[in-house]
Parts: sequence; C-alpha cells; structure tokens
Amino acid sequence: MPAFPLPRPFAGYGLGLRKEHYQDFLETRVPVDFVEVISENFMIDGGQPLHILRRVRERHPVILHGVSMSIGSADGIRHGYLQRLKALVDEIEPLFVSDHLCWTRIDGFNSHDLLPLPYTEEALDIVCDNIDRAQNALGRAMLFENPSSYVAFDGAMSEWEFIAAMTKRTGCGLLLDVNNVFVSASNHGFDALDYLQGIPADRVRQIHLAGHSQGRDMLIDTHDAAVIDAVWRLYATAISRCGPVATMIERDDSIPPLPVLLEELDIARHLGLKEAA
Amino acid sequence: MTLAELQRDFRAWLVSASDESAARLGGGKRAGLAVYQNNYRAQLVGCLEQSFPQVRAWMGAEAFHYAAVSHIDRHPPHSWTLDAYADNFGATLAALFPRNPDIHELAWIEAALTTAFVARDAAPVAAADLANIDWDAARLLLAPSLLTLPATTNAAGIWSALHEGRDRPEAEMLAQPCALLVWRRGFVSRLHTVDMLEHEAILHVQANGSFHALCEMLVGRVGESEGVIRAGAMLAGWIGSELVTGVDRALPIFTTPNQGD
Repeated sequence: MPAFPLPRPFAGYGLGLRKEHYQDFLETRVPVDFVEVISENFMIDGGQPLHILRRVRERHPVILHGVSMSIGSADGIRHGYLQRLKALVDEIEPLFVSDHLCWTRIDGFNSHDLLPLPYTEEALDIVCDNIDRAQNALGRAMLFENPSSYVAFDGAMSEWEFIAAMTKRTGCGLLLDVNNVFVSASNHGFDALDYLQGIPADRVRQIHLAGHSQGRDMLIDTHDAAVIDAVWRLYATAISRCGPVATMIERDDSIPPLPVLLEELDIARHLGLKEAA
Repeated sequence: MTLAELQRDFRAWLVSASDESAARLGGGKRAGLAVYQNNYRAQLVGCLEQSFPQVRAWMGAEAFHYAAVSHIDRHPPHSWTLDAYADNFGATLAALFPRNPDIHELAWIEAALTTAFVARDAAPVAAADLANIDWDAARLLLAPSLLTLPATTNAAGIWSALHEGRDRPEAEMLAQPCALLVWRRGFVSRLHTVDMLEHEAILHVQANGSFHALCEMLVGRVGESEGVIRAGAMLAGWIGSELVTGVDRALPIFTTPNQGD
C-alpha cells in the first residue's frame, strides 16, 4: 500500500536552471512558474551554488531532479546519497523530487549515465523496493522519468506496462519526458501513442520537453537543440490525456540566451491554454 | 540472466568495450551499446577537461587527452557525484609524467580550487571581533575550505598567468620551496603562496588551534622577539585574508558585573 500521497498537480511552465542563466534569475524577474535544478549539483557542503539556489528559491518554486539515485540497481540504493538528498529537500522544500527509471550504479561502479533496465518481474521487484526505500527516507512521494534508451532487453513487459505497475505498487508519480518517448519509439520501433495510452495519465505530475539529434544508427537524446514539431504534437496528445501539468524545456548543451528558451516555453504555454479551453 | 548479472556485464562493457561483454548482453545490440560506451567516455573526459582547464592548456590538448583516457581506463568512477571523478586525476598525472612536478602541482591547484569552491560555509572573523581576547587561551579556527601543499615549482605563477590570459612563464624549480594555500574567500576560491615557516604555522594551527602554542613554536624557530612579532603578523594577515573563521575559548578579560550586584 503506497505510504505517501502524490503532490497535487501544478499547471505551470518552467525551465531548468543552468549556470548560463544564473545572472538572469538573480537580477531580473524571469517569467517562469518554477525552475528545476539537478539535485546532485546542490548536494554539497556550501559555497556559491547553494547560495544562488537559496536566492532563486525565494522567487520561484523549485523542483529537484536527480540523476544518481539509481533505483534500478540490483544492489540497492545508497543510504549516504539519500541522507544528502533529504537534507537538500528539507531545506529547499521543492515542489517535486524526481529521478529516472534507470540504473547508474552497480557494486562500487558509477557510470554517470542513465542505463536501461530489462522490463522483467525481477527488475520490477527491485525497482519498487528501491523506490519504497527512497520515498520512506525522504518522507514523500517521488516522480520518476521515463528514460530514452538505445538498447532494449527481452522482458515480460513493455516500458509503459512496467511504469504502470511501478506506480501502482509504490504510489510514485511520473515525470513524462515526451522527447524520450519519441526517441525510444524511433529507436525500438514502437508506437509513441501506444506509450502515452499505456501509462497511467493520472500519475503524471510533470513533463519534460527537449531536443534530440540524429546519431549514426539511432536518435540520441542530446538536449542540445530546439524541440521538434513531431515532439510538440506528441506533447499536445500527452496533455490531452494528463491535463496541463508542470511543463519545462530541458536544455543541457548549446544553451541559448534565456529569451530563446522563454520563447520556446511559450509554445508549451500556448498548447496548454488551448487544451485547458 | 539476473538483473545483477546483466548490470555487471554492462559495467564490463562500459569499462572494457570487450566483444565478450557485448556478446553476453545479447545479439543485435552493438549499435546501441556503442552509444552508451561513447556517452560514458565522453562524460568522463568532459569532467576532467572542465575540472583541469589550465592543466590542459599547459600540457596541450593531445597530452591531456592521453592522460584522461589513461585515467578512465585505470580508474572507473565510483562516486554518485561526477565532481569526485577529478579527485585522483593528479595521481594519474604523477604516474604518467613523473618528471614534471609543475604538472602535478598545477593539477593540485585546480583540484583544490574546485574543492574549496563548495566547501562548508564559515563566516570570517573581523579584527574588531578580537578585542578582549585572552590570547593564552585562544584557539583559532581556520577556514574549512583551506588546503595547503608544499611546492617545488612555480606552478602558482603558471596558474595565475594562464588564468589571467597573460604570457605563460617557463616552468622552473623554486630556489626556496614554498607552500600553496587555497581557500574560499566569500564565494571565490583563492590561491596564495607562503614561505615554509608560515606553512608550518598554519599546519600547527589547523592541528591544535592554540595561538599560545603557535607563538611558542615560532619563538623556537626564530627567537623570542622575532617569533612573537611573526605570530602577530601572521595572525593579522590571516584575518585580513579571511582565513580565520572562529576563536574558541575567547574569554573576556573584563566581565560586566551582574545588575543585581
């Protein structure tokens, strides 16, 4: 039985807070409803990054988005990591706390990449145990993001069936990365609409939008370009199922000036308003 | 195959890129596995390049890349934070380039600057806060970000020239060894050099904090009158540089009588 209620939906539009835009956020009133930060960048002892986050937090709700929890690790998640994250969560009081449906670590090795899971019953048990442990440590329900992937293993379930079972058993929410659905659908040959139909729409609390690039053999989730039209169309379909939820543009490379990202965010805002009407 | 077995095979693929590990993960996955292999290595090379920009500028991109690849092959990452991957790159550089102490010390400087940047916060003590201190009992607390290293080369000068975009000096051994200090002042990491006596004094204060013991140590080194003068001058310099962040057991010499007395 899930122990923690999901945070209530928040229908706003935001951006990932990146170093390139720190000054904009500190010196001007940036028209966003929230910002998202990479949790690990602020799980530190002190210094300027934490100071900046505290100041930004005075103006905007913050979402903590992690990349190293590794809920798919067969050898469990690490207590020390959870303690550090909990300290940050307690201080920042974020809107949501999220990470990825993936694994990054096994034994003493940490890949620093979001690695794919086989969608088997064994993996589901391990992922759910790890999510339970994380949510108990943090004292709140988390969101987990669907990954983009370049390898698919044989498994008993599709990714969306796995996600549906995971949310039901743990009570966690979803961070739906629409670009990742598009990339994985292209790489593995499934229908992105089947994916959107298969996930539990009522568990989606946040949506990521990003650009990708064409690799030699497959699409690569590079976060270094504008969102393409096909992903915008998929986003429109997603919010027709989930309702307008917290939506943000994720850009991690080739980061443009803030007005460019705000203009892109306006497309999401426009689609959200259209759906709400 | 269990999940643990699959993950260990995947780790083996990332670390070694061997045909055997790829085969164990199943057929038809080579293109996708190559994407993960590329992501893994690019991420780690990028981390080292970002953490050691002046070492890279000093060595040249090709030599640095060789060192980075060697480091990745020898030391798979272990921490949840990518920043930690830079921690022992200096040891790899020392092993690869044993005759280049300039490179070792430059790498230490860059790693220390990064460490100090996110060290625990501690407000500096101002000179005005030190009135009425019983210096015989006082124990100094130095900035938690403070790191030191005895140096044999002009690495500090090289780093400063590279950082400020000035002409780079030739590497040279110092006529007299000195010590490098790195700490954070406000939100900015600082680099400074001191003579070996001051380095010894700082280590002494870091170890036990006693200002009285510091004076005794300096008196033993340079004589009674000079030792006390040096202790006072060092303390003034450390306070001015925001290196002193606390004075424990700072008992007031005069106490205010209770109102009821």
